[in-house]
Amino acid sequence: MKILVAVKRVVDFNVAIRVKADGSGVDIGNAKMSMNPFDEIGVEEAVRLKEAGKATEVVVVSIGPAQVQETLRTALAMGADRAILVKHEDYVEPLGVAKVLKEVVTAEKPDIVILGKQAIDDDCNQTGQMLAALLGWPQGTFASKIDIEESTLTVVREADGGLQTVRLRMPTIVTTDLRLNEPRYASLPNIMKAKKKPCDEMTPADYGVDVKPRLKLIKTEEPSKRQAGVKVCSASELAAKLKETGAIR
Amino acid sequence: MTVLLIAEHDNASLKEATHKALSAAAKVGGDIHVLVAGYQAAAAAEHAAKLTGVTRVLHIDAAELERPLAEPMAANIVALAADYDHIVAPATNNGKNYMPRVAAMLDVMQVSEVSDVKAADIFVRLIYAGNAVQTVQATDAKKVITVRIASFPPASETGNAVVGRKEAVADPGLSSYVGETISRSDLPELTSAKVVISGGRGMQSGENFKLLEAVARKLNAAVGASRAAVDAGFVSNDYQVGQTGKVVAPELYIAVGISGAIQHLAGMKDSKIIAAINNDQDAPIFQVADFGLVADLFEALPQLEKAL
Ligand SMILES: Cc1cc2nc3c(=O)[nH]c(=O)nc-3n(C[C@H](O)[C@H](O)[C@H](O)COP(=O)(O)OP(=O)(O)OC[C@H]3O[C@@H](n4cnc5c(N)ncnc54)[C@H](O)[C@@H]3O)c2cc1C
Ligand SMILES: Nc1ncnc2c1ncn2[C@@H]1O[C@H](COP(=O)(O)O)[C@@H](O)[C@H]1O
Repeated sequence: MKILVAVKRVVDFNVAIRVKADGSGVDIGNAKMSMNPFDEIGVEEAVRLKEAGKATEVVVVSIGPAQVQETLRTALAMGADRAILVKHEDYVEPLGVAKVLKEVVTAEKPDIVILGKQAIDDDCNQTGQMLAALLGWPQGTFASKIDIEESTLTVVREADGGLQTVRLRMPTIVTTDLRLNEPRYASLPNIMKAKKKPCDEMTPADYGVDVKPRLKLIKTEEPSKRQAGVKVCSASELAAKLKETGAIR
Repeated sequence: MTVLLIAEHDNASLKEATHKALSAAAKVGGDIHVLVAGYQAAAAAEHAAKLTGVTRVLHIDAAELERPLAEPMAANIVALAADYDHIVAPATNNGKNYMPRVAAMLDVMQVSEVSDVKAADIFVRLIYAGNAVQTVQATDAKKVITVRIASFPPASETGNAVVGRKEAVADPGLSSYVGETISRSDLPELTSAKVVISGGRGMQSGENFKLLEAVARKLNAAVGASRAAVDAGFVSNDYQVGQTGKVVAPELYIAVGISGAIQHLAGMKDSKIIAAINNDQDAPIFQVADFGLVADLFEALPQLEKAL
């Protein structure tokens, strides 16, 4: 059983980003970059399946500029066996990413592909579902638990009203939600070992994929800011103030 | 130009998310048809016929659409797509599941969670946990859109559209439904409630959420939570408000024992009035709160309940 995990390099979740004054986008300058948190969960899940003897190989793939190499090394240090870097300088939209991943899947033939449910920069929540569509595979999105039994995968999904369980034919796509697991930190020896693990370099053109964006960015703005209001001294004063606003009776 | 709006429903009636997504669809312009794909969902289809501005309801009935599973749902939508310029769905958990699948099958880049419609091809959406607002033009011939329901008012029900049956396409047979654990509450639903009161790590336990529920009952409010409270197991996943949970914009949002991380603010900062109770006067939540109470929540909540 082979598992492919897609990882994206994003601005760390702790960094407050700034919108460029000219409206052309977001200034990430020298911001700290990290693996998308949902993708850390994806790598962790794959590595656990390998440790449990259910998977034999974990391959990680990322599409982005040369620096995504670092993110891939982190995944290798967490326990992935091999990495594929698909180099592209500009932002690639989820549809483009899904098309590249489809070609990677065709070449690698994994049984399960794990993606994050959402990249915390573009907040699209699309790529896994798109990849499933392009491959004609089922999709177990927003997974909070997965179980492999022979040729099917049972996925417990985080849904609007609680948890939903579905059974999927393999090969299949899984996208991770927050409660699937708690990712490990890579140990220093594993970080050293990761430096020797193989990392192939490709480009979208090598796969014959056109990743030209379909959405044209018109402008990027600051959201409207809220003002801090007043402090009240007691719960009864709070109740009185809320009644004054008319929000409650 | 014709828009196909995909209804969110429970087979018996429409969910309010549909009414809100309709308001976004109306801003696109043109005719609006609604698809009710479900199982024994004739009542929901009749309900859809009442939506103001809708000229036609397409009703598809098949067992695999009861929940609905993404694979057959997407296949059915794609089978209808030739007749439409826009396909719109609310960005509910279901919509987020099947719509990108529809988009990729049509070779279209979806515009996710639009918070405003500027023109038939120009949409506004938030990125980076709501810290930047993007306006984008969709250049694909068809537009596939999910709608951030907290950003639109619900459409009314003054219509009288015709309901027509459509045959379901064959189930792709890739997935099957096994079961669900629904968290039941007699309080209002989080994304449609006028008042929401949420608890965070400061609540210390699931048992203590009873203090919030007592206040919620007085206010006919829904109860929500921060990620920390969900991760700690105080409440179930469907309570989570935030960047990667539910987005709400009620008349009043009360945050209790929540610090105010950007990921949480992303899900509630468009609320009309925000109140916060926290024993740390420097908690970031106070920077967005209209009314802040620096107090121990275990004392403040029972007092608040009494004062209401
Ligand atoms: C990928 C990703 C996605 C995320 N998505 C979300 C999301 O969708 N929603 C979300 O909420 N978070 C999300 N987060 C988590 C977010 O970053 C914060 O960790 C989380 O919101 C913190 O929850 P909290 O405020 O309850 O806990 P804390 O930050 O620990 O705050 C607890 C607060 O309670 C107060 N308190 C403690 N005891 C008392 C008392 N007795 N009386 C009064 N006040 C008290 C404290 O002063 C403190 O301010 C996400 C994070 C990541 C990395
Ligand atoms: N450039 C990329 N390289 C690798 N994986 C990606 C990339 N972009 C998105 N993904 C994957 O798709 C998931 C969802 O991203 P999105 O659809 O952009 O929210 C991420 O969590 C990743 O697993």
